[in-house]
Amino acid sequence: MNDDVLVGAPVVLALVGAGLSVALARRLTAQRVLGLVVLGLVLAANVALLVRVRGEGHVVSDLGDWPAPIGITLAVDPFSAIMLVVSALMLLAVFVYALGSPTDTDSRRFFHPVYLVLTAGVSAAFVTGDLFNLFVAFEITLISSYVLITMGGRPAQVRAGMTYVVINLIASTMFIAALALVYSATGTVNMAQLAERLAEIPEGTRTALGLLFLVIFGVKAAIFPLFFWLPDSYPLAPAPVTAIFAGLLTKVGVYSIVRTQTLLFPDIDGQTELLLWIGGLTMVTGVLGAIAQSNMRRILSFHIISQIGYMIFGIGLFTQAGYAAAIYFTVHNIVAKTALLLVAGIVEVSAGSSDLKKVSGLLHGSKVLALLYGLPALAMAGLPPTSGFVAKLALVEAGLDVEAWLIVGVSLAVSLLTLFSMTKMWNGVFWGAPEGPWVPGRDTTTPDHGDAAGAVAPARARVRLPRAMAGATAAVVAATVALAVWAGPAVRLADEAGESLAHPERYVAAVLDGSGEPQLAAGDGTGPTTEPAP
Amino acid sequence: VIVVSLALLAAVLFGLGVFLALQRALTRIVTGIVLMGHGAVVLLLISGGPAGEAPLVPVEGGVAADPLPQALALTAIVISFGLAAFLLVLAYRSWTIRHTDEVEDDVEDRRIARLALGRARAGDARTADPSAAEAVEAPERGDVEEPGVGLDDEHGSER
Repeated sequence: MNDDVLVGAPVVLALVGAGLSVALARRLTAQRVLGLVVLGLVLAANVALLVRVRGEGHVVSDLGDWPAPIGITLAVDPFSAIMLVVSALMLLAVFVYALGSPTDTDSRRFFHPVYLVLTAGVSAAFVTGDLFNLFVAFEITLISSYVLITMGGRPAQVRAGMTYVVINLIASTMFIAALALVYSATGTVNMAQLAERLAEIPEGTRTALGLLFLVIFGVKAAIFPLFFWLPDSYPLAPAPVTAIFAGLLTKVGVYSIVRTQTLLFPDIDGQTELLLWIGGLTMVTGVLGAIAQSNMRRILSFHIISQIGYMIFGIGLFTQAGYAAAIYFTVHNIVAKTALLLVAGIVEVSAGSSDLKKVSGLLHGSKVLALLYGLPALAMAGLPPTSGFVAKLALVEAGLDVEAWLIVGVSLAVSLLTLFSMTKMWNGVFWGAPEGPWVPGRDTTTPDHGDAAGAVAPARARVRLPRAMAGATAAVVAATVALAVWAGPAVRLADEAGESLAHPERYVAAVLDGSGEPQLAAGDGTGPTTEPAP
Repeated sequence: VIVVSLALLAAVLFGLGVFLALQRALTRIVTGIVLMGHGAVVLLLISGGPAGEAPLVPVEGGVAADPLPQALALTAIVISFGLAAFLLVLAYRSWTIRHTDEVEDDVEDRRIARLALGRARAGDARTADPSAAEAVEAPERGDVEEPGVGLDDEHGSER
């Protein structure tokens, strides 16, 4: 019997916190304290989970004590545990950042509850062992993201938010349809049992279902032909929201691709080629889009897409080394990307704009800020000795192992372009003569983000960094540095996670056998829930 | 027969939904998405096997109906209901801001279109060549500052 309370803890804590936060809607201070406490607890629970998982391999919990294939299963393997810890860390850091932000992000009445619901949704997506609950987790995450992205209701936000909501709703509808098809074909939505039964159905059906799921999660993860919504909508949200979306939301899609493709559809013909092509094209289009932009947030939004390509590349190799590299890369990317967008937010607040054409010479205004930008930017481009270098080295090695020359070449070329783009931002914003709205006596161009308006009026050519924002950003930057300094242990951890992904039968065994039931043979129609339709 | 007709119904709902979602008016898009959601729910119902079995407790010698798809369908209905409401609010907000029901063009698309138009007027032969048009696209996209604001007056003078 699996009744591990810890597995459900992050979701339950966050949801209870959200409820309390609604009750405290008129007391900002209480809400802030509550948010900090809840996110801290979630982080602690996730770290405890990671420790447990490292000891035991898989931690499984059957809700309501219904044994595995019948009840709702929560299952955590090393990969999900890593993702849980990283996401909780980012959620906490961005929350502190939002508290310190002089814009009115955090004082809007429903920011706190919605943010906690987002936490619950992301955590639920990582812990669920049930395809339908993955859908529910996605919906929880997305609903809160809809609110966060349109918060404020400026015209541009409404326009971009509409695109974002519609595209995600269509993907969700496809998700329900795909679930119906899977259930018709196999008579279950429990992932472990699906893994067994999908192996038995005709190959054509399995391929079709696998590709359907790839498309659905591809929309959420913004892979190559399905990414158009992302650079349009993300930059318009308030700065902390953009940062957390960039760090987490697309990665939930990536996580789902990993989960379904490794566990449920590991042996579709031509899948490696397909995923590698998608990965390569995603990298190239993303980085080219980024080069063409001139606003920090928009540049970084295109980089999100480009970096997703690397993760798909690692997954697409379908080797243990590939998985491990993809996992390390994902972690590195979540941290570095969040850091960069947080810096972009600070630049907007303290320099009045994050447009490369309006601001320059910020290095003279604040050396600390330049440092905070520089470290994750180098990591993003993958220069040694940063975490990005370790991640890309691992990916390239994994690629060379299976002699995928083309994708390795493409990924290296894209790294160069990424470096170019990061340098462009450095040159534009930090280098050169001080210029822009933050320099007194210069032009008083209106800030280009409504959120930053009114926050700008430094009397001299020095930037004052909002303390909590800078502190939170510094913590995230420190995490990228830590990923490089302790690259050894981190890579070993990623390797463990990759190993467990490469052996999906262990996941199946942990969920089904661990339930105390004798193994339910596939197709053994126990009870009403398991009646495969013809 | 029931299963086939339900399958047809799902197909029709999806077809109509996709058709409406591809329209330009926001209300139609919302309706289309709602219809697609209905189609997906019908599909879930079909996945539970043929209708007509007894619920929960099987009749003597018979089988019980599968309750799981119905539970799933219920969840899906609730979620799509909530989202439809949110979408309507968003559409209404869009209407109060702009007083039209149509989806705005993407800002960058509009810039490029205007650019192409300007070039065509100027008699630049290169625009006729699609690859050349592609080539100019990239640098122009770089000029976008903030979608939705102040785009109208900054283009004529460029190039």
